[in-house]
Amino acid sequence: MAQMDQSKIRNFCIVAHIDHGKSTLADRIIEHTGLLTSREMQAQVLDNMDLERERGITIKAQTVRTVYKAKDGEEYIFNLIDTPGHVDFNYEVSRSLAACDGAILVVDAAQGIEAQTLANVYLALDHDLEVFPVINKIDLPSAEPDRVKNEIEDVIGIEAQDAPLISAKNGIGIEEVLESIVEKIPAPGGSADNPLQALIFDSLYDSYKGVIIFCRIVEGKVSKGTSIRMMATGATADVVEVGYFGAGQFIPCEELSAGMVGYITASIKNVKDTAVGDTVTDNKRPCAEPLPGYKKVNSMVYCGVYPADGAKYPDLRDALEKLQLNDASLHYEPETSIALGFGFRCGFLGLLHLEIIQERLEREYNLDLVTTAPGVIYKVHKTNGDVIELTNPSNLPDPAEIEYMEEPVVSAEIMVTTEFIGSIMELCQERRGKYLGMEYMEASRALLKYELPLNEIIYDFFDALKSRSRGYASFDYELKGYEQSELVKLDILINKEEVDALSFIVHKESAYERGRRMCEKLKDEIPRHLFEIPIQAAVGGKVIARETVKAMRKDVLAKCYGGDITRKKKLLEKQKEGKKRMRQVGNVEIPQKAFMSVLKLDEN
Amino acid sequence: MKTDKRALSVYIHIPFCIRKCLYCDFLSAPATDEMRTRYLKCLSSEIERESHKYCAYKVRTVFVGGGTPSLLSGNEMKQLLECVKLNYDVAEDAEITAEVNPGTVNLRKLEGYYEAGINRLSIGLQSADNKELQCLGRIHSYEEFLQTYENAVKTGFNNINIDLMSAIPGQTVESYQKTLKAVLSLNPSPTHISAYSLILEEGTPFGDNPPELPDEETDREMYKITDEMLKDSGYHRYEISNYAKEGYECIHNKVYWKRGDYVGFGIGAASLVDNVRFHNIADIEEYMGQLEKYKEISLPELHLKEDIQSLSVEEQMEEYMFLGLRLTEGISEKDFFETFQKSIHEVYPGLIAKLKKQGLIICEPEDENGNRIKLSDFGLDVSNVVMAEFLLTE
Repeated sequence: MAQMDQSKIRNFCIVAHIDHGKSTLADRIIEHTGLLTSREMQAQVLDNMDLERERGITIKAQTVRTVYKAKDGEEYIFNLIDTPGHVDFNYEVSRSLAACDGAILVVDAAQGIEAQTLANVYLALDHDLEVFPVINKIDLPSAEPDRVKNEIEDVIGIEAQDAPLISAKNGIGIEEVLESIVEKIPAPGGSADNPLQALIFDSLYDSYKGVIIFCRIVEGKVSKGTSIRMMATGATADVVEVGYFGAGQFIPCEELSAGMVGYITASIKNVKDTAVGDTVTDNKRPCAEPLPGYKKVNSMVYCGVYPADGAKYPDLRDALEKLQLNDASLHYEPETSIALGFGFRCGFLGLLHLEIIQERLEREYNLDLVTTAPGVIYKVHKTNGDVIELTNPSNLPDPAEIEYMEEPVVSAEIMVTTEFIGSIMELCQERRGKYLGMEYMEASRALLKYELPLNEIIYDFFDALKSRSRGYASFDYELKGYEQSELVKLDILINKEEVDALSFIVHKESAYERGRRMCEKLKDEIPRHLFEIPIQAAVGGKVIARETVKAMRKDVLAKCYGGDITRKKKLLEKQKEGKKRMRQVGNVEIPQKAFMSVLKLDEN
Repeated sequence: MKTDKRALSVYIHIPFCIRKCLYCDFLSAPATDEMRTRYLKCLSSEIERESHKYCAYKVRTVFVGGGTPSLLSGNEMKQLLECVKLNYDVAEDAEITAEVNPGTVNLRKLEGYYEAGINRLSIGLQSADNKELQCLGRIHSYEEFLQTYENAVKTGFNNINIDLMSAIPGQTVESYQKTLKAVLSLNPSPTHISAYSLILEEGTPFGDNPPELPDEETDREMYKITDEMLKDSGYHRYEISNYAKEGYECIHNKVYWKRGDYVGFGIGAASLVDNVRFHNIADIEEYMGQLEKYKEISLPELHLKEDIQSLSVEEQMEEYMFLGLRLTEGISEKDFFETFQKSIHEVYPGLIAKLKKQGLIICEPEDENGNRIKLSDFGLDVSNVVMAEFLLTE
């Protein structure tokens, strides 16, 4: 491996809208280049978390190196960097793209360009990647490759007439794709003689090796013993091993040099030291400047995470610790709720990230969780000039101390067929969207541009979008900044007691509606007690909505026949068991389900 | 006659029905004459082969329930009870009840039952409104009930219970009130009334396909007028759903709540003997097959019982509480202590005081040794909530 002809390396990624067949194409490329025999091939090799395979999405960037013998008789090294496929992971996507020299754009022959297609392709073009399109799923009866080709040219403005027509699923046209990779994607630049400059695009914690840095060597070289420094975090370490990516395994090699994609281990204990986007350099012979584009990733969405069984708090802490080893974008700190006891306030990149972490905690660590309504980070400007970044509504200062508040807004792009434009615009209006403009993609489709407050889209926006467009709308957004907003804290009082875990920040205009719906929902979730329970929504101590859970009048099991009391006892046991899963607030028992159900105040 | 014998109650299950009611989840099935004859033979065989275990007992009550026991002819009933009396020491004054469905008995049959030794009838009326009866899938009309009742009185039965049901689909407070009035105006009036509200059980047509029931307020109103009207007519409520005239409380029923010993015969029948609970298998073919195979020999022990559960002290205590509290007389602190050698307050620290504060129970001084603890009126309404509190085991 010592001799490596830089001109025979191709570093590339695949970009696509979700479900357009990105992972399947990746599998085919791996299969056709003979890295794995089909016996070893498991569907979608690169998505190796169970969760990823189940959801059909890529959460963590995956990379694989394979060798292709091209028609010109030469062997080429392909480094395929599979990027995460969700808007929550946009920054990670951008760093993965920065590690590539080219990108394959996969477009579904039936569906054509979607919002994420555009977002991802623009991202790729922004990084000066050579992008070439392939039209996938041409074997579908509804495939319209010619229409899609024109659409790609018209909308994106890249040449598409000779795009390979393929079916990744059925292995049609894969050879053509491989040749196109050789022809169209440029070989990497850089020189092994320059000082080391390597881009971290991902990292992984391994309990034996410590952190494994995934990187692209832009300039210079690195080998065992090199003293390296992460330029942004300042962490230093001595390299223990370098290597490249086999299918699902790490293959050590002598050295990594300019143009190559591979991994470095250096007994680093924490992924926090190896932030995605940071530059690795030689501590003894540093490069002049870090690579551009590094930024610290901040959590966008926060929520409280509590163990359903209070005694499991230490288990939850351990689980979060372990997850964080591998996921630098997960933040958490302990917090206490009067209603839910001890738990953590956790920060996530977005709602999908939140759901993934929650699912992994429940599945991999066997924890039963109660989560509070997700919120965003608000900036609270106090009258004394202090600015607080508020992640937990309970910490909102007294209104008298607040000068004004700001909330994060995003610019969103929604791709929709023209018949649904009206209903989608209505939805954006309801969510306090600011209309920025609309572009027609072709006669039947349009791209709507809106500025939306983040807190309006983290709940159920995506679901609402889908349901109002019969599943056709697609959606992409990026954080734009903060804007001043009329925000209030909505409190929920159950039997006159404020339930901290149910409080949230909401725009003044939506407070009444949200409060009313919360109360209705809670009324259905809270079982009747021996006394009447008022459920109230209040803003600043003023009640704006109320529902009442009527007192239980009757709970008798009358028939008890022939002396068979076992069934009766079972019923009582069920009743008692149900009680155990309740949270006590004042003298009201609130089922854990209630805390979760208010997260989804669904449409209608 | 030895007087130190322990009391035993006997339950006999007759699992046959002409047609199953829509709400019923008890064991029953339609049956041919031949099947019924076979079953009764097996039943006698079971009663006989089990008898050696109960030599030390005196039978105080017998209850023939179902299903529809009144599908038995007078003769069959006679043979069945004779079998019990031959093999067990049945007290002279034992309470012997048979459940009777209107529409299945005529005067002759009732006379047969009377001669067989039945001294208490429990008639399943449910409602005096024919539309409601139809809705429940009952096989009889109100008029047929009247005929049955008249015949029962004529035969000489002077201890009669009537089963009533509230919260029937389509039932109104007015129609329910009419049912109550109809029952109270019978001459002579029944000595005992069981008033239940309809509960939708899983696995029944009603449970699988729930009908629309009267709302909770209506249900509650019915419940209240039951209590008021029956009390006004000289009945006292001695158990959550049972009302009786002075001296006519159902002894057999009270055995269940007071955890007396009882043994059940026939398929699915439940028993509690010496703090061991068990019940018979539910499969009729399996039941009859075993008994027929070993008809002539009393060994080996058959595999007719299942879920045999020897109750721990905790289980005994929780049962003592949640069953005992069904009776309006409640439970006695002193008796609890004598039964378990432990104070109730030690077993349930703070609970009595808490429930008292919530207005669910009341404590009345019994003697210098302690109180009686009983459900308040409110506690009776929400008895499940109270009883669940007394569970000790996980």
